[in-house]
Amino acid sequence: MFDLAQAAVEGALAAGAQYADARVVVSKNQSIAVQNQEPQSIDQAERAGVGVRALTGSAWGFYATSDMSKAAARAAGKKSAAISRASASVPGPAMPLADVPVVEDSYETPFDEDPFAVPVSDKVDMLIEVTKIAQSVDGIALATGNLSFWDTNKWFVSSQGHRIHQHLVESGGGFDASAVGESEIQRRSYPQSFGQFETGGYETVRRWDYPGNAGRIAEEAVALLSAPELEEGEKSLILEGSQLALQIHESVGHAIELDRILGWEAAFAGTSHLDLERLRTHRYGSPLMNITADATLPGALGTFGYDDEGTKAQRVDIVKDGLWVGVLSGRDSASIAGLAPGGMVRADGYNRLPMVRMTNVGMLPGDSNLAEIIADTKDGVYMSTNRSWSIDDRRLNFQFGCEIAWEVKDGKLGRMVKNPTYTGITPQFWAQLDKLAGGDEWVHWGTPNCGKGQPMQVAHTGHSAAPGRFAEVRVGVRA
Amino acid sequence: MSRTIEIAGQILDHIGDRADAEVVVSGGESALTRFANSFIHQNVAEEGHEVLLRVAVDGRVNSAATTNLEGIEDFVDDTIGIASLQRVDESWPGVTEPMDIVDPHHFDDATAEANPDERARVVAGFVSAAPDLLAAGYCETMGHDVAFVNTEGHRAFGHYTRATVDGIHQASGTAGSGHGTSPRLGDLDGSDIGALAADRARRGLDAFDLKPGEYQVVLAPEAVATIAMFLSFYGFNGKSHAEGQSFAELGEKQFDASINLYDDVHDPRALGIGFDAEGTPHRRLDLITAGVTKAVAHDRRTAKKAGVASTGHGSPGSEVYGPLPTNVFLEEGSTAVDDMIAGVDRGLYVATFNYCRVLDPKALTVTGLTRNGTFIIENGKITGGVTNLRFTQSFVEALAQGRVSAIGNDARFADSEFGPGMMHVPSLQLDAWNFTGGAAG
Repeated sequence: MFDLAQAAVEGALAAGAQYADARVVVSKNQSIAVQNQEPQSIDQAERAGVGVRALTGSAWGFYATSDMSKAAARAAGKKSAAISRASASVPGPAMPLADVPVVEDSYETPFDEDPFAVPVSDKVDMLIEVTKIAQSVDGIALATGNLSFWDTNKWFVSSQGHRIHQHLVESGGGFDASAVGESEIQRRSYPQSFGQFETGGYETVRRWDYPGNAGRIAEEAVALLSAPELEEGEKSLILEGSQLALQIHESVGHAIELDRILGWEAAFAGTSHLDLERLRTHRYGSPLMNITADATLPGALGTFGYDDEGTKAQRVDIVKDGLWVGVLSGRDSASIAGLAPGGMVRADGYNRLPMVRMTNVGMLPGDSNLAEIIADTKDGVYMSTNRSWSIDDRRLNFQFGCEIAWEVKDGKLGRMVKNPTYTGITPQFWAQLDKLAGGDEWVHWGTPNCGKGQPMQVAHTGHSAAPGRFAEVRVGVRA
Repeated sequence: MSRTIEIAGQILDHIGDRADAEVVVSGGESALTRFANSFIHQNVAEEGHEVLLRVAVDGRVNSAATTNLEGIEDFVDDTIGIASLQRVDESWPGVTEPMDIVDPHHFDDATAEANPDERARVVAGFVSAAPDLLAAGYCETMGHDVAFVNTEGHRAFGHYTRATVDGIHQASGTAGSGHGTSPRLGDLDGSDIGALAADRARRGLDAFDLKPGEYQVVLAPEAVATIAMFLSFYGFNGKSHAEGQSFAELGEKQFDASINLYDDVHDPRALGIGFDAEGTPHRRLDLITAGVTKAVAHDRRTAKKAGVASTGHGSPGSEVYGPLPTNVFLEEGSTAVDDMIAGVDRGLYVATFNYCRVLDPKALTVTGLTRNGTFIIENGKITGGVTNLRFTQSFVEALAQGRVSAIGNDARFADSEFGPGMMHVPSLQLDAWNFTGGAAG
């Protein structure tokens, strides 16, 4: 496969590219969905092709083909160079590439149990059991279980001499139970909304014990129908780990993408409230806030060996003791910003242009724990599991909804409340972080559906988080 | 003969009588030229074929996709082999009987063959519409063939093109958007679309923070496209409806009498092909007529459960997400947008909604933000820009009887933030919209 990638690079160079790289990607994906004890869909997908990227002046040209012949790869390289040259009619400043070590290497995700070797029927049977348990709870109208697995081989070659092979394995899933009332639906999900995904094999699914949690989750969904609404007000907000992980994803992870900061995503994904002049002086949040982008975390969903332009996976400080100190970058964006490239450029398949993506952007654990945080809270609300998320194009004004919440009064967990929402502005919100749980409750939550780019690309990202508390947050926003 | 038909036929031959099967083969080229900071920075294209295969072996169902045409026989054998080990799918509706397909003719040779220089010229037009502002956006062209065959002897072929220009111009602290989509690149004038974006950006200079609350609104087609998309995907979705998760109550007057919403690939302005992923012909589907909810979309699976015929809205993944109307038209009215604005004493003109998410699917309560053009209307005139606002609003309630003041005469394709070419809608003047937060939270 290296030969195929090499042919694509040679095609681009022969057509005048100043730099070129190519990825041959062979991937397979399996998705299984069961609803109410019936298989809903069983899907397999195999995608294979070569994508080649050529740089001429200020623009990347990219061409991809599913034809895996050398002639097609060489032609794709030639077309990528022609496309980059066409960009010169609307030119910009030169796009320099930051230097990175040129390596020949390989990487494989550690895993115990090949998820594709586990029979589909075993997976379906497990999900049927889970939905059966959930449906055994009176009031559950819908119970759904999902599993997805990815096995990806990538061969990367650059005109500078990189030759890197990677084999990545990702696994995960989850289930949800819904109770339908006269004019409302209440849903509970496990391990988090959209499921929990990690790098690794089928052992990651077994670890979360879906059947053992199905009854509790279903009971909570039914109980929500008769629970009162969360009242509007300002109070201490305690976030369960997976919701805090999404908060990090949306209000930190996207804001620190250097391509957004440079304006490259202005029309679609948006820009950022951050600007480089404030790097190392801007206070992002309270001193409890320590965020890293760490693509080396074992088992986390955003873990790999090398990014899709051949830069080695690394850990980069993003927020240190509340101070903004780092960004997510690639070779072009880092060079323009005068920073070291962070190895954070990835593509969604052979047919997409690599772009800046989150790796594992997570918050380091604190020194408390959830029980202690609740005991320390006089008037608050504890929210769990995301239901809705919305944030503006600069990543400032957000509103999140969760599936379930409990009031916290005088240090004790109180009654369950439904339709909990909270809203805030990014720097003010993070400044209010005043309690953070420790390593025992620290989980590498995975987000398998991060959309960005045109054409749209979906990335798999990781966000390590433990429960945390925020002072005086506006909660209970409704229509 | 299209290569897609040839591949589909080969696959069907290899399946033989081992399974009930449907095969969809698509192929073609897509290209997208992207610009930011007023220059082209990313420029991409791809070619290839993809095969979607769904088989049922004695009611045991499995679906698979591949781009690997070299290993197609192994792919077919594996797909059948996995199916045969599954449980019987009691909801399997079988494959489509042979039916007549009408080609809507939404294909343009020049667009299918458009090259990067042609896309760059459109981009240059957009950018040069305001050389003093910063432009960002994209120009996309695509041309695809789609062949469908199944083991019942049903055959269908279609091809379509799509061209889109979408972008913003940015001035200090503000931005304005412009959009155009058509089957023909030649219909799109980058300069005109860029001029609209620049005008909105300049009008938004010196924007101020407005106190949140309920305001009358005039919504541009982009904002209305978001409403139409949420109504269609969450409400007029046969699966959501069957599961009790949709607002739709068939036969009930749930909307203002002026609202007519339908799905129709055969409208001359539409995009796409004449059949769905199950080979069912597309035909016009009235969703709302004079404010009355008339129908929801079905694929074969949801149609079987509901005891009706498929409306031709099957797609890869519709088993999970449900059948979705994607050729949606909100019938235009007769009011010019300037007259709508003139009819508002104090309210807001909103160009685009952004990052909208459902809080309550039954009421279709959605939260989101305004973006790329939010303006205060005072005494019938736009008097300045306001900073982006957050709203929390039931989309069904917003269009309820008596709340739609006027419907624009400016219907066009507008991007709903979930992709171009799906929602063809005019501007709307609505009595009330609930803004729940501003720049300060």
